[in-house]
Amino acid sequence: MRICIVDYGVGNLFSVEKAFRHLDAQVTVSEDPEEIGSYDALVLPGVGSFQAGMDGLRIRGLIDVVLKHVAEEKPLLGICLGAQLLLTSGREFGEHKGLDIIQGSVLHFPELIENRKTPHIGWNTVEPATQKDWQGTILDNLPKDPEMYFVHSYILQPSDSESVLALTEYGGCTFPSVIQIGNIYGCQFHPEKSGEHGLRIIQNFLAIK
Amino acid sequence: MKKIRIIPRLDIKGPNVVKGIHMEGLKVIGHPPEIAKRYYNAGADEMLYMDIVASLYGRGIDVGLVKSVAREIFIPLTVGGGIQSIHDINNVLHAGADKVAINTFAVRHPEMLKDAVRQFGSQCIVLSIEAKKSPEGTWEVYTDGGREHTGLEVMEWTKKALSFGIGEILITSVDNDGTRKGYDNALIQEIESISPIPVIACGGAGSMDSVKSALQKNKIDGIAMATVLHYDEYSIHDLKKYLHNANFPMRI
Repeated sequence: MRICIVDYGVGNLFSVEKAFRHLDAQVTVSEDPEEIGSYDALVLPGVGSFQAGMDGLRIRGLIDVVLKHVAEEKPLLGICLGAQLLLTSGREFGEHKGLDIIQGSVLHFPELIENRKTPHIGWNTVEPATQKDWQGTILDNLPKDPEMYFVHSYILQPSDSESVLALTEYGGCTFPSVIQIGNIYGCQFHPEKSGEHGLRIIQNFLAIK
Repeated sequence: MKKIRIIPRLDIKGPNVVKGIHMEGLKVIGHPPEIAKRYYNAGADEMLYMDIVASLYGRGIDVGLVKSVAREIFIPLTVGGGIQSIHDINNVLHAGADKVAINTFAVRHPEMLKDAVRQFGSQCIVLSIEAKKSPEGTWEVYTDGGREHTGLEVMEWTKKALSFGIGEILITSVDNDGTRKGYDNALIQEIESISPIPVIACGGAGSMDSVKSALQKNKIDGIAMATVLHYDEYSIHDLKKYLHNANFPMRI
């Protein structure tokens, strides 16, 4: 599988690329719409605000390329901001349109208990959403309640609970930490910084048929 | 549940990981990428890479060496030492760091913290404080790897830096550094009591019990250590199991 990490100008792509290379993946980083259109799978990384992310995609003419890729049912992995952009809209400094690949919105953490602060930074547990089996997904073959590394102030809120694959709890708020529709995945945490279990997720993504 | 982070600290001088006592009398421990990989495999939750002479000699961080360390680990990496500009931060992030720790330059040019936060986000900017107890019973801020005193009082400086939007505080007790006599709990407690952001304690890790005691006395997010790991007093894995059995939330 040939992978392209989409460079849309937000955040540092080094660690994502490094993790894929470590697993011997054929991986390229690109911001060129024509080139990106030719790959088997896309990774949308990113750190930053929702608006900056959408602007970054728009300026480079990448929105249509990503949507076409998804329409062809090819695998896509969104990480952190990249996962948030998959939803319909984001409410960070006003309401902004997202890619609308998975229906729903991106909201700020509600008021948290125990004086917990945002951003939520650090290692936290990821658990299966109710009635969800991780077998055959990118979370396949992980130990029970694995820990992943999070850095975020906004949370994924898909309209349909069917698109929630995993949940995480912080300060009394339980939020979706992995969302999915078919071969399209969004992880709120950073698999590339989540040790061996994070690498397993990337390995599973590489194995999607 | 959110976990407490165990963070090995690599003090870097030239091409080597080094370690001293009170940040002096440095001994060579080994090669940074190898040591980083060993601690990653032992279950480190994050890694601290501190070039401890860059500021003193007024030179930049060896970006190539940062890269060689970043390549070995798949956990967050915080890099500090000799950061003097937005440009330096950019370089270090491009070499694979997730956060930068700033001490000396921030003390001399506090407003740079504000610029750094605006540019990279607060989650990226760690204020590193090197503190020494003064005869009056307060703590004084030191710079340049624990060598230069500043006349700044730690609490005043912390409050000021917090107002610039920094994302995390790394507090190192120069008095306890490398001594294995336990953390300076009074110092950590003072910082923790005024900090709405994560605090990482550093300096003085001794027995596993001394680490437990620092966690019992303070609500901190992470705890950094070097000497006990470099000299194989115990492994990160052993420590995490010990703390887990004492009911602290750990990533096992």
